[in-house]
Amino acid sequence: MACIEARGLRKAFGSTIAVDGIDLRVEEGRILGLIGPNGAGKTTALNAILGLTSFEGELKVLGRDPWSERERLMRDVSFIADVAVLPRWIRVSQMLDYMAGIHPRFDRAKAEGFLARTTIKHISRVRELSKGMVVQLHLALVMAIDAKLLVLDEPTLGLDILFRKQFYDSLLNDYFDGRRTIIVTTHQVEEIQNVLTDLMFIDRGRIVFRTSMEDFESRYFEVAVNPDRLEQARALKPMHERQVLGRTILLFSSADRSQLAALGDLRTPSIADLFVAVMGHQPARSQGAAQ
Amino acid sequence: MNTHANAVHDSSLESPAAVSVVPPPQTLYWSLRREFWENRSLYIAPLAVAAVFLLGFAVSISHTLRRIRGASLLAAEKQLQAITTPYDLAAGLLMFTGILVAVFYCIDAFQGERRDRSILFWKSLPVSDTTTVLAKAVIPILLLPLLLSAVSFALQWSMFLVASAALSATGQSVSTYWAQLALPQMSFLVIYHLVVVHGIWHAPFYGWFLLVSAWARRMAFLWAILPVLAVVALERLLFNTSNIAVMLGRRLSGGAAEVMPMPGTMPIHPATTHVTFLHFLFSPGLWIGLAVTAAFLAGAVRLRRYRDPN
Repeated sequence: MACIEARGLRKAFGSTIAVDGIDLRVEEGRILGLIGPNGAGKTTALNAILGLTSFEGELKVLGRDPWSERERLMRDVSFIADVAVLPRWIRVSQMLDYMAGIHPRFDRAKAEGFLARTTIKHISRVRELSKGMVVQLHLALVMAIDAKLLVLDEPTLGLDILFRKQFYDSLLNDYFDGRRTIIVTTHQVEEIQNVLTDLMFIDRGRIVFRTSMEDFESRYFEVAVNPDRLEQARALKPMHERQVLGRTILLFSSADRSQLAALGDLRTPSIADLFVAVMGHQPARSQGAAQ
Repeated sequence: MNTHANAVHDSSLESPAAVSVVPPPQTLYWSLRREFWENRSLYIAPLAVAAVFLLGFAVSISHTLRRIRGASLLAAEKQLQAITTPYDLAAGLLMFTGILVAVFYCIDAFQGERRDRSILFWKSLPVSDTTTVLAKAVIPILLLPLLLSAVSFALQWSMFLVASAALSATGQSVSTYWAQLALPQMSFLVIYHLVVVHGIWHAPFYGWFLLVSAWARRMAFLWAILPVLAVVALERLLFNTSNIAVMLGRRLSGGAAEVMPMPGTMPIHPATTHVTFLHFLFSPGLWIGLAVTAAFLAGAVRLRRYRDPN
């Protein structure tokens, strides 16, 4: 059984189509990055997966319909939707009491262990914590839940780089065990490149690109082409071309590695570069990036 | 995507789920505690009002006792009034405080969690919308009246202690005062009135406020009041009747006919009030009110579920 299975997932708000027929299968134990421009439908798709919004089409999360079985599903799924959604009036100690009271999979000792590594005091109210500390608290709570699926929707938005780094480090070291499934959306793609096992680009409600990170690394290359080899390189049909500090950088998909190495400096592209290249191929957006 | 990469074990998705379940009463219990953590005014306001009133009563006790002495020269009824008025006032003040607190609580109940987006956190937990709505409804309908009863009980008995001390100090009879006051009966009537009228009888109002709070994006208070006024005005214009206004007024004023047979007055004095609980239990007004409340709450559950979080 897949962790998430969707067929023809669709959601419209009036005449606006937020999610336009997504087919999706996420296996257990994957860390999937969902990348897309603002308004691409990421959050709507995640809301459907979390049972926060109704939808058309077929969708099963851990074998359940999230819309009709949200409460049951939330025993096995946890999520951080956006930063700073913890109630501002609650005390950290009350939060621990409450979670221990209502959540069958919440391990209070574990949460206290995570909190002990931070400067968060149990007596503090959420409103007294800095933005970074609120995220630390939320992460500590979520990581103390023995869930099968964790969904993170822009979990580090507006945090400084130290907190962001720490966030993904502890997620990998203290939480991910190869059996849990994690889905994350973020605009800070460079920070999750080494975290992900799978990558998916979504645009205007559709999945426009998907790959595993192993395939990503063996298939996509970026070459900073030596000027005298430029014509030769262009003949190999790069996906995308851009100029950086006077050098021409070409992005290739499934080209021969040794052939490319002869043309200039070879490296694995960043997710951001691939994103720009893929989005450049999208019909209505082509004028910006592709030329 | 990548179906080949990880072998999937069906069993691992199902196995521990069966054992770890939180019983529903426990979830409700923590949901209620959560409400009191968030809305401390639920108990702070009545306690503060009671403390201030008790202080005022203690400060003015000699004046009060002089009034009682003065009244005893005139008529028994005047004396009774002089003795019981502060106690009626105390109970009435707490009831009024309770209504204010309950209305503001209900208005903010669902609007607040959307405003600060904490609904996104609450919905990430295995607590159903029904449990959440139920917890928020139990507060004004049951727990707040019980809490007010306890505060009012403590307040009235403290007042009696203060009065007794003052009476003894001035060499007057405590037993006459006690006999006139009939404090145990009075306490009972206050509690009965709070629970039955302010909780159960008023339940449809709180259900309505909760429903509007779940529905309105802003200004829930106006949305709760103005449409009702509009309907009343419309009835007046179209049919030149005021059935709805009369019905609402009767519901609001405590359904004197159903609950206690003494209309018009603050029905807490033992000499003039008779509890007619059985009559109340079988009055259609009670059950119609509860049915309406249930319908409003079901609407609130649905709204909380369907309203998009973002």
